[in-house]
Amino acid sequence: MPATSLFDRALRKSPWVFHVGTSGCNNCDIEIADCLTPRFDVERFGVRLVGSPRHADILLVSGPVSRACRAPLQEAWLEMPRPRAALLVGVCACSMGAYRDAYGVAGPADRVIREVDPEAKLVYVPGCPPKPETIIAGLVKLLGEL
Amino acid sequence: MSDRKVIQIGPFHPLLEEPVGFSLTVEGERVVAIEARMDYIHKGLERLAQERTYDMVPILLERICGICSVTHSVCFCNAVEDLLGVEIPPRAAYIRTILGELERLHSHLLWVGLAGHFIGYNTVFMWAWKYREPVCDAFEMLTGHRQNSALPMVGGVRRDLPEEYFPAVRRMLDELEGQTARLTAAVLDDPVLAARLKGVGVLSPAAALDFGVVGPTARASGLATDVRRDEPYAAYAELDWRVILRPEGDVFAKAVVRLLEIPESIGILRQCLDRMPAGPLNLGTLHVPRGEGIGRYEAPRGEDVHYVRSNGTNMPERLKVRAPSFVNIPSFKASCLGAPMADVMITLAACDPCYSCTERAMTLVDGRGAPIAAAPGLLAASRQRTFALARAFGRAPDLDLALD
Repeated sequence: MPATSLFDRALRKSPWVFHVGTSGCNNCDIEIADCLTPRFDVERFGVRLVGSPRHADILLVSGPVSRACRAPLQEAWLEMPRPRAALLVGVCACSMGAYRDAYGVAGPADRVIREVDPEAKLVYVPGCPPKPETIIAGLVKLLGEL
Repeated sequence: MSDRKVIQIGPFHPLLEEPVGFSLTVEGERVVAIEARMDYIHKGLERLAQERTYDMVPILLERICGICSVTHSVCFCNAVEDLLGVEIPPRAAYIRTILGELERLHSHLLWVGLAGHFIGYNTVFMWAWKYREPVCDAFEMLTGHRQNSALPMVGGVRRDLPEEYFPAVRRMLDELEGQTARLTAAVLDDPVLAARLKGVGVLSPAAALDFGVVGPTARASGLATDVRRDEPYAAYAELDWRVILRPEGDVFAKAVVRLLEIPESIGILRQCLDRMPAGPLNLGTLHVPRGEGIGRYEAPRGEDVHYVRSNGTNMPERLKVRAPSFVNIPSFKASCLGAPMADVMITLAACDPCYSCTERAMTLVDGRGAPIAAAPGLLAASRQRTFALARAFGRAPDLDLALD
């Protein structure tokens, strides 16, 4: 349907992103913010950070999910309109990295999101922290999948 | 007519990179009470460190905080070296100083940018973060990584810095000096910024003492504290630099202190690069005997303290991290009350709070040194600790939180 393809094109040209920092060490969050600043400037691809998951197409998750953050993260995911996808930034969001054995974490972000949505579309960006170039590469890959 | 309203901020808020919940009680425009919930980031890193060998712990501690990665690993090394009573080789001391000052540079630039972002000066945000990039590049040239160097180890540093990159780092410093001078002049001369930030979120010297604040937050309230000068570690005793002080205690003063510390850090870095001594990098493998040690370190946000107790094995029996934000954050209580809503965000940001540094737990230990709380009890203890902090903000503890 033409309307759908227009929608798809608009989505790919201007994905809106909501960033959830789930108990990480801050490093990935800073590299994500770095993507917005002059050297990397993802806004030239139409990527915008927005203030609410209800406005977002992509959920950016960084850090392992602590027990306290688990419910808020799931809530943010469920509030997002479809089609939706998540970009898991950093090794902690992908597989918990250095915090694997810690008692305060509920699990890696993919498992926490899949608890409420087994079909969730996820793209993994490993690294501790991933360089901004890597985050942008992951984002481009995700846009191809949407 | 009472016009009290409670406004919830967070835990996920576009202005905060980390999850933290604030609830502001406002009367009209004025904030009359502020409460914080800060247990979202608690992961149990201190406990984790007690299951890692002394070689592995500094690498784990780099992951306490993304900005203070050198801070926490070097601070831990300081603590263990205090326990051992050893001096690290001079070259290692200089390498640690270089790493620490590069970190201070990028941390201060990051703060200046975020502060600009919070008050709607996105130009300052973009500028400061653009100038921060070459610092991260220098870090990458010297250590192979933009933030987490994995260099500090107990008794020195793990690897050498490649001297062939020193000229490039010097060039970066020269450029950065001019750029930050322009940025500082632009910020200090801007009448709007002065009107916006002067007299906002004032932390009086007496309140600063009461809350025991550290780092730029204290120095902007006229308290001359700086571990680098008071109890020099690494190579600071041999270097020439000034402690920046401002008496006003407002947000503007905190910005000025950080901006003026940037050229001081550049000066320290130049001296280190010029005087870099030759010699060994570390003391080799060290056996850590029974005992306890305290490490102090001047992080970009203030004094960081690590306490280490060893029972003679190859893992620390206890590690306690007291990050600078832990004492800086409660000072919101003094600086935010009575302020208009619009000033709260920048006042909260002014002490450069780092929640991932702050949210640590405590182990309950009896007199003989045996832990009386095992891992499950530790979680309860850690929650209680957070509750205690929450109570300090006047917030009823979240007792309905499952202690699973």
